[in-house]
Amino acid sequence: MKIAVLIKQTPDTAELPKVTAEEVRSGAVKATMVINPWDEFAAEEAIQLSERVSGDAVAISLGAPGAVDALKHALAMGVGEAVLVDNSSLGAADIWTTAAVLAAAVKAQADVQLVVTGKQSIDDNSGAVFVGVARTLGWPLLTNVVKITDIADRAITVDRLVEGGQETVRVALPALISVSKEINDPRYPSFMGIRKANKAQIPTLAPADLGVTALTSKTQWTNVRKPEVRRTQVQVIDGATVQEKAKKLVDALLAEKVI
Amino acid sequence: MSVLVWIEQMNGHALASSWEVLGKARQVADEIGAPLVALVMGAETTTVAEAARQYGADLVLTMTSPLLEKFRLSAYVAGLQQAIEAMEAAVVLLSATTRGRDLSASVACELGAGLAPDAIDLRVEDDKLVAVRAIYSGNILTDITFADGIQFASVRPRSFPMPAAVEGVADIQELDLDLREDQVLEQVLEVKSTDTGEVNLTDAKIIVSGGRGVASDPAKGFALVAELAGTLGAAMGASRAAVDAGYIPYKHQVGQTGRTVRPDLYIAAGISGAIQHLAGMGSSKIIVAINKDREAPIFERASYGIVGDLFEILPVLTAEFKQRLK
Repeated sequence: MKIAVLIKQTPDTAELPKVTAEEVRSGAVKATMVINPWDEFAAEEAIQLSERVSGDAVAISLGAPGAVDALKHALAMGVGEAVLVDNSSLGAADIWTTAAVLAAAVKAQADVQLVVTGKQSIDDNSGAVFVGVARTLGWPLLTNVVKITDIADRAITVDRLVEGGQETVRVALPALISVSKEINDPRYPSFMGIRKANKAQIPTLAPADLGVTALTSKTQWTNVRKPEVRRTQVQVIDGATVQEKAKKLVDALLAEKVI
Repeated sequence: MSVLVWIEQMNGHALASSWEVLGKARQVADEIGAPLVALVMGAETTTVAEAARQYGADLVLTMTSPLLEKFRLSAYVAGLQQAIEAMEAAVVLLSATTRGRDLSASVACELGAGLAPDAIDLRVEDDKLVAVRAIYSGNILTDITFADGIQFASVRPRSFPMPAAVEGVADIQELDLDLREDQVLEQVLEVKSTDTGEVNLTDAKIIVSGGRGVASDPAKGFALVAELAGTLGAAMGASRAAVDAGYIPYKHQVGQTGRTVRPDLYIAAGISGAIQHLAGMGSSKIIVAINKDREAPIFERASYGIVGDLFEILPVLTAEFKQRLK
């Protein structure tokens, strides 16, 4: 069984506060780039699954040439193969353009039965690209998966979290799933894994190679800016005793009508 | 032309966040000059349809079918698509719940339409929707403008207030769902409610959160947080440090890699206020900081603060609230 993992290279979460609006506007973010943390869970699940069902996993990413580093992380973890689709020719690709390219890349890998991806990217945060991939492929979609309870030739059964509950759902394969943090603990790449990955030659394709020319973007980002930070003048409640401070705080909060 | 809002329901009740979207959609519809349609789908739709009349819809469209009893994405996609066509919807709005996000993205993609996912604000410019999104995990904001065609947006819960209930004048109209069971891709084998009566973080009006300040006795610390939360009918939250240290499960995590929340009141006990935590709760209406360290960054964003030990302060605060809220 072939399992494809969709990977994105994103800034390190610790550096997100330093990203400036200008960097985002120009598309040249200066932060240290890493594998999207949510995709690590996907890669881990793909590795565990491929052991479970004697399958093969391939990591696919759409990104700048430097995104091979994110793919190498997946290889170092133990994903068998990787391929990069270079996005340089796409310009500002919107959600559906990105989805079309990734869907084509999955199709180009003969015989993928399952696509696994993380919940969202920590930069674009749309959680919609993989929905577009599923839609374009015409495959069923299961999001927020926390456990794969059964997988066989024709069907996959999962537990997934939704508001107020958990459900067990089955769909026919091929299918696409997005996974949440609860599903596993991503392994740290081993030293040997890292060495092997660093030596790997990762094939790079252009969208045109996959038969995708840029679709017209239906949405645009405008007025990219930093949020206004609401600096307050904190009222530090004083009092002779804790009881007095508590009373004053409750007075204030009741007056604010937030209770 | 119409503005269409999907009203999500669970266990016979609409989700409050759907009403929030409907309330805002009223404004959008008025500005565009189009009727506002509330869409209710399910095996049973009467209760929610009646409620939708009271929250400002011009028309309530119901799609009632046993195929829609449990939420199954492919069935609801068919329903929403058919409703959009029947109502000639120009703008389609949903709450950005797990289902809302999947549904809006699936239908938008299917129709080749623009989508603004998890929007935190909406407005109308030149008769078209403009959405505001928080990206880079809340560190950057962007407007989303749309090319021609249907405009889709899913809206983050609590971005807009609950609308006031009014005298409902809308008609309720049934639209037949054109779908067969063999066309539905998902089989729901089991549904477990994890509703332990716990308030959901994303929908909560009040949140009490604990952080690394509980380290000397984490079980006791979070028990105190839980007690205050219980007294206030609040949800319980936590900083990443507390979750990583194993004091409390991940589902309570507020912040850049956890939940983004927007309560009226956020009480942060033993939380220093790292930027990543603030990214998740900075939009709270009132922030209260309880911390031993007066220099902790949280005090720069709080409206009120008490400098001291949460182990002393929380029980006293809980007792005071219990007294005053009788």
